Amino acid sequence: MFELFAQSDAAGGFGQYLLLGLVLGSLYALIALGYTMVYGIIELINFAHGDLFMLGSFFALGLAVWPMDVVTADAPTAAIGATVLLMLVLTPLGCAGLNVLTDRVIYKPLRTSPKLTVIVSAIGVSFIFMNVGLFWRGATPIKFPDLISDANLIPGTGLRFTWKDLMVVAVTVPTMIALTVFVKFTALGKAMRATAQNPAAAQLVGINADRVIAATFAIGGALAGVAAVVYGLYIKSVDYQMGFQNGLYAFTAAVLGGIGNIPGAVLGGLVIGVVGELGKAYLGAKWSEALIFGILIVILLFRPTGLLGARTREKV
Amino acid sequence: MSVARYWVPALFAALAAYPFLPVAEANRGEQFTILFVYAILALALNVVIGYTGLLHLGIAAFFGIGAYTVGVLTVPFFPLQQSFLVAALAAAAVSAAVGVMTTAPILRLRGDYFALVTLGFGLIALYAIRNLDAITEGTKGLNPIEAGPLPGVKENVDLGGARLNAEWGTRWYKYPYLYFVILGALGGVTLLLRNLERSRLGRAWVALREDELASSCMGLNPARLKLAAVALGAGLAGLAGAFYAMALRTTGNPAAFDFTLSMTMVCCVILGGLGNRSGVILGTFILIGFDRIATNLLDNYLQEQFDSGAKTYLKVSGWRLIIFGTALIVMMRFRPEGLLPESRHQRELHPEASEAEGEAAAREEAAAGDPGTEGGEQKST
Repeated sequence: MFELFAQSDAAGGFGQYLLLGLVLGSLYALIALGYTMVYGIIELINFAHGDLFMLGSFFALGLAVWPMDVVTADAPTAAIGATVLLMLVLTPLGCAGLNVLTDRVIYKPLRTSPKLTVIVSAIGVSFIFMNVGLFWRGATPIKFPDLISDANLIPGTGLRFTWKDLMVVAVTVPTMIALTVFVKFTALGKAMRATAQNPAAAQLVGINADRVIAATFAIGGALAGVAAVVYGLYIKSVDYQMGFQNGLYAFTAAVLGGIGNIPGAVLGGLVIGVVGELGKAYLGAKWSEALIFGILIVILLFRPTGLLGARTREKV
Repeated sequence: MSVARYWVPALFAALAAYPFLPVAEANRGEQFTILFVYAILALALNVVIGYTGLLHLGIAAFFGIGAYTVGVLTVPFFPLQQSFLVAALAAAAVSAAVGVMTTAPILRLRGDYFALVTLGFGLIALYAIRNLDAITEGTKGLNPIEAGPLPGVKENVDLGGARLNAEWGTRWYKYPYLYFVILGALGGVTLLLRNLERSRLGRAWVALREDELASSCMGLNPARLKLAAVALGAGLAGLAGAFYAMALRTTGNPAAFDFTLSMTMVCCVILGGLGNRSGVILGTFILIGFDRIATNLLDNYLQEQFDSGAKTYLKVSGWRLIIFGTALIVMMRFRPEGLLPESRHQRELHPEASEAEGEAAAREEAAAGDPGTEGGEQKST
């Protein structure tokens, strides 16, 4: 009995779960960045972000079918490549547009309102997005076309790392690097950091706060769009409630790393991914969710502002 | 506030009279009972968010803990077989204890981090309830919950006199007296909170909410006050959970205690008027009433009116979340203080109005007591 168990486990064991966790974690990180950037600028817990991600995946699903009727795995490589590329370009654009529009219409008039007011508005937006998703694709989970091969790239090592895993890493890592470069070195990125640090002072030196906020929502939305495409291709099934669960994980990741902190969101995403997979492997799937939130609480108890969050003193 | 003085007792009187009216329907009675349960839950949450200003996003956990405490104490599956009264009190006590135990270590977390940890706690509690099948029967829920009303009463008597007319038993659901018990509990909780607001503790909470540093300088102990608020809030939420399980006769699917419930309750509290008891009750009746009662009525009505292919889109239940979300957004935009605002909160949200008021008052004061202000200036120089 035990031998049988060990044999099936020998296919990867700890290393395999770690690898899988890192792949999933980079996906969570991408969504977490949207939460953390918006929070960093206007201190809004954007509860609608997960549902934006869901709408993004529905949009991408439309792209897989629309340009050349139903793209499937046995279509020519060029067609698959073109479809994936199209998804990766148009979905982020759509999500960014929708996010900016939401901010313009709903959050902007509330800039000076207390936090709770804006949070409740965000909950309202989340409800609306979810309902739109429900109308759009119905209540049952939908198959996302299986476009990328499941062939193992590293046979012989005892681990499985498929083309799909590679796709996730190949999309998320450059995106995150590009974001870091953008925030560190461009004028707009500097303006963002300045606004996050001190909005009043940033405005005094001539930074247009509205523009910076709009840009933040655009980037956060685009990242959710990228994550939506990658998620669809990787998990191969989407439904209107997926924004809630994944949004919650991503949000936890953002908090774990220190909300408002960009490298923190990435670290948090990876931690959540790895903890979730290891939890699934060793505690069983049903306890892995509880484990994720348990870890969040334990970490916040010892580092009350997250792993990389700035330990600012409360201003008096 | 002056309006609320009259309409709240009037509302309670109307609801108490409802079962005796000719329009009364059995299933409506059950639906109202559930509304009362959620109103108690919203009042509980209001103690934590409204009075103390701690954003708690896991109130559903206490609701669930209350429901399952009742389940464990009453269902035939366990040997305890307690009465309704004992079970409800135990549920409140267990929830309050869990509330204190889970909040004490995280009091040092600031603002949003506190909210997030309570969110996490709420989810862990939900997963625990769902996964501990040995105790909670997983997604099936604990049932049947058929506790006698008082200790020593083994069977579920109909309380003879509560059978107010011959049709009661057939027109009303199994425990008709629960309607009155839960309505009474809601009234009791409202009165308790009213008195509490005016007490030393209630005023201390408000002081803490307005300025933690200043109030601690005045000798208040923030940690103890916050724990007291969470204990009371969690205890009342547990009581609400107990009534929920009683009214449904089962703990139901644990999914009923998920994050959506916590969020909905936050919305009820804010929509009604953060910190204002009457507002919170009204907000709950409107939101949950819309969700549980009005959508069905409108659905039936619309289905009768149209029988074309457009039917699927003409279902109000399909548009539920959009209506819900739009209402929240519109409210936050134009009336963020809620339907029945608490006066302090109103001033905070509409500073221009209160400033104008303050200026007018200052002018009056200046006109009335010029010598006083001059005297003050002389002293300071």
